[in-house]
Amino acid sequence: MTDNHHDIDQPEERVPRRVIGTPSPAAGTSLLGAEEPAAKELTGVPGVTPQDERTARKGERAAALCFTVTLLAGIAFIVSYVVFQVGDLETTKTSTLALGSTLAVALLALAAGIVIWVRMIMPKYNLVQERHPMASGPEAREYVAETFLQGAAESGITRHPLLRRTLLLAAAPLGLAPLVLLRDLGPSYANFSEKLRHTVWGEKTKDGKHRRLVVEGTGAPIRAADFNSPGGILSVVPEGYEHDLNALAKATLILIKFRAEEIKPGTNLNWTHDGIVAYSKICTHVGCPAALYEQSTHHILCPCHQSTFDAADGAKVIFGPAARPLPQLPIAVDNEGYLVATADFAVPPGPSFWERGDAEAEVRENGGHA
Amino acid sequence: MSTGNVPKPIASTSSFLDDRLGAGNFLKRNLRKIFPDHWSFLLGEIALYSFIILLLTGTFLTFFFKPSMSHVAYEGSYEPLKGVMMSEAYASALGISFDVRGGLLMRQMHHWAALLFVAGMMVHALRVFFTGAYRKPRELNWLIGVGLLTLALLEGLTGYSLPDDLLSGAGLRITEGVAISLPLVGTWITFFLFGGEYPGEDVISRFYSLHILLIPGILLGLISAHMILMWVQKHTQMPGKGRTNTNVVGAPFYPAFMAKAGAYFMFTFGVIALLGTFAQINPIWLFGPYTPADISAGSQPDFYMGFLEGSLRLMPAWEINFLGFTLPLSVLIPALVPMGVIMTGLALYPFVEQWVTGDRSEHHVADRPRNNPHRTSIGMSAITFYGVLWLLGANDEIASIFHVSLNWTTYIGRVLIFLGPLVTYVITYRICLGLQRSDAAVIGHGVESGVIKRLPHGEYIEVHVPPNEAIEAHVRGKAAVPMIAGTETDEDGIPPKGMRGPLGRLRAKMSRAYGGEKVALDEGHGHGHDEHAAVGPGKDDKSLTR
Repeated sequence: MTDNHHDIDQPEERVPRRVIGTPSPAAGTSLLGAEEPAAKELTGVPGVTPQDERTARKGERAAALCFTVTLLAGIAFIVSYVVFQVGDLETTKTSTLALGSTLAVALLALAAGIVIWVRMIMPKYNLVQERHPMASGPEAREYVAETFLQGAAESGITRHPLLRRTLLLAAAPLGLAPLVLLRDLGPSYANFSEKLRHTVWGEKTKDGKHRRLVVEGTGAPIRAADFNSPGGILSVVPEGYEHDLNALAKATLILIKFRAEEIKPGTNLNWTHDGIVAYSKICTHVGCPAALYEQSTHHILCPCHQSTFDAADGAKVIFGPAARPLPQLPIAVDNEGYLVATADFAVPPGPSFWERGDAEAEVRENGGHA
Repeated sequence: MSTGNVPKPIASTSSFLDDRLGAGNFLKRNLRKIFPDHWSFLLGEIALYSFIILLLTGTFLTFFFKPSMSHVAYEGSYEPLKGVMMSEAYASALGISFDVRGGLLMRQMHHWAALLFVAGMMVHALRVFFTGAYRKPRELNWLIGVGLLTLALLEGLTGYSLPDDLLSGAGLRITEGVAISLPLVGTWITFFLFGGEYPGEDVISRFYSLHILLIPGILLGLISAHMILMWVQKHTQMPGKGRTNTNVVGAPFYPAFMAKAGAYFMFTFGVIALLGTFAQINPIWLFGPYTPADISAGSQPDFYMGFLEGSLRLMPAWEINFLGFTLPLSVLIPALVPMGVIMTGLALYPFVEQWVTGDRSEHHVADRPRNNPHRTSIGMSAITFYGVLWLLGANDEIASIFHVSLNWTTYIGRVLIFLGPLVTYVITYRICLGLQRSDAAVIGHGVESGVIKRLPHGEYIEVHVPPNEAIEAHVRGKAAVPMIAGTETDEDGIPPKGMRGPLGRLRAKMSRAYGGEKVALDEGHGHGHDEHAAVGPGKDDKSLTR
């Protein structure tokens, strides 16, 4: 089978040999190929098996049914949009159900219709096309190599080193410019590790007093005498910073009331008040709030990666990937009987970072208690 | 050829275009491009169509979402949160859910499509791996694929953080905890990412521009390149009748493949619409606004982040302090090593395999996984490694559902992460050889016919008949795994040049183990179903059991 209908000359090898027996896509002036060739023309063409008329007619009916379903479901979608309003949970649910199911039915019916079309009306194909090696062949490669060298020589870049070097040099600062521009992504200060070492617990209030511990959520200060049932636990934030997320990310506490005899030596008793102990709630692993507490075992558990700390024993790690205990906060009561922080954490709370160093050891060396 | 005439409107439009674009030449070559058929070739299409659906639903969401962390009091329709202080991002995400008709549907479809996008990429990558479809000339497309998978994880991570609810905030906090643990640059990266201390007020708008512009832009470019390369190199085909390394057998692009692809897109779209309608995902209104002070138990990331979560949970509490610096290995190792092992392993595999087998030829016929048992075993080991990490990412759920000790799930996981892949390797290898032997039996002895014959001396036998052509051709598509020629030492005991150093000896050894024919089909007897080619255990490779 020859093909005499090249409108435009093409190097022969760029045109893959046409699939044997298929109608020429370039027949006449047409680009789009055959317009419904009669079935008998296809019979006998290897690799193209036409469907028999009865199957095709059945397929047509089935596909038409599917497309009709799509039409109806599409209309139902638009109607649902107008009819169902959103707002509370119930109406939103109804609207979502109506919109979603009509959309799904429309799409799935359309898909089914096309599949029926392909499988029952279009012929079955088993056509063969040749594959050619990816490599472009020695002639082409040689031509490209020669042209490349010739072009490089013509451009003069090989013979004029000054041109070459100044061009490269000139590009360097321009390439750096975007990086320089990114500098202000960061804050104006650079003492990051200092920031990480301090929390608002170390700052006195405006009137020079120690900062009170308040209950997260209500913001109520905590009278030590009222927080008196052993096993009690509170999530605590610093007064005045109840909604400051940056402050909370370092300063949130977990406050636990123990019986005096339950407290083990790992806990710094000087930093407790009447069996009340305050630990950083920010896990020393990657910073999730260690929010779960088991009263009977005094275990604080971080729900993210299950680091487990013994609250009775200075919150030392007893399980999981956290490497350090939750820092303890020194607390006392003010003259009205409310719990306050007497100083900042002795070590940086939260996840480890490069510049942190062994802050616990440093504190111990200086005679303190981590 | 009497094909009739092209209808006038189409003819005039196409000549208009062709006069200006010369598109005819392209169409002439490509309209009837042949696409081979196999169910497993459809897996990548799921990812492609999910990406399109992500673009469509995502664009809708951007019309209503406000990527701002400034504090507002919620004034929307959802009663329980009225008056609560929250970020504008969360408020607008609630608005999409409750105050925009179809908003909740689009949000849920977007989330489901994201899961399907990554899942589709993963199973597609596995298909390509196990059938060796990454081999020359497709290594570059494989690398693009690895890049796409990595970017998709990043895209998922940035998108997950946008609604700024309590659950997404937990993910963000873990991201921060991991970033800050990096040696030397950790605090710099974190303070630059968050514009200061965590959480700051910048990260959501920054993630937003990454999520809707930068990463999808790169994804779009890489996906286009992936498609173009696939088109130019033509798809691989499964072995079968008439299929060789120098042809493609299948259906033409126009009209059959085009229509099928269209239908498949609609199916994917429809299924995602069904999921978005009936399977609730990420009900952000239940979680409340983000605060670093709170978390809910049982917090789980999207499934594709599960393996990182699992590896963080699995890790023992190692931390090194030296010279005043801290190396938090309990974060660094689990966050970087599994991801690094998997992604680097994927990227390098085609090149390592070429180095081991010395095979530089083009491959267009896919391997059946059994026919390259070491590759299949390596792949299955990697799946086990990933799977153990992934399961351990939900060890709290496992502990509570099956009433087992949480701590023990971790201890067992720490053993399984090393033992599991090894055991899987051996088992997979034996299964592959078993399957090869069963193939050899089909070729050598034929298939059971169901006809029982009584022989004159009273013995009953089942008559075996030759397998049908299609099956036989499929089985006979097997070729020995290439290996470096002449790795054996010569008569004087001197190994060939290039195999003398320690690396060369290792290469020769690996090549001998990896390559070759473990179970021959019929020992070169040609069409041997009559000859009952002997397939005895004596000829098997016993390298793993000896």
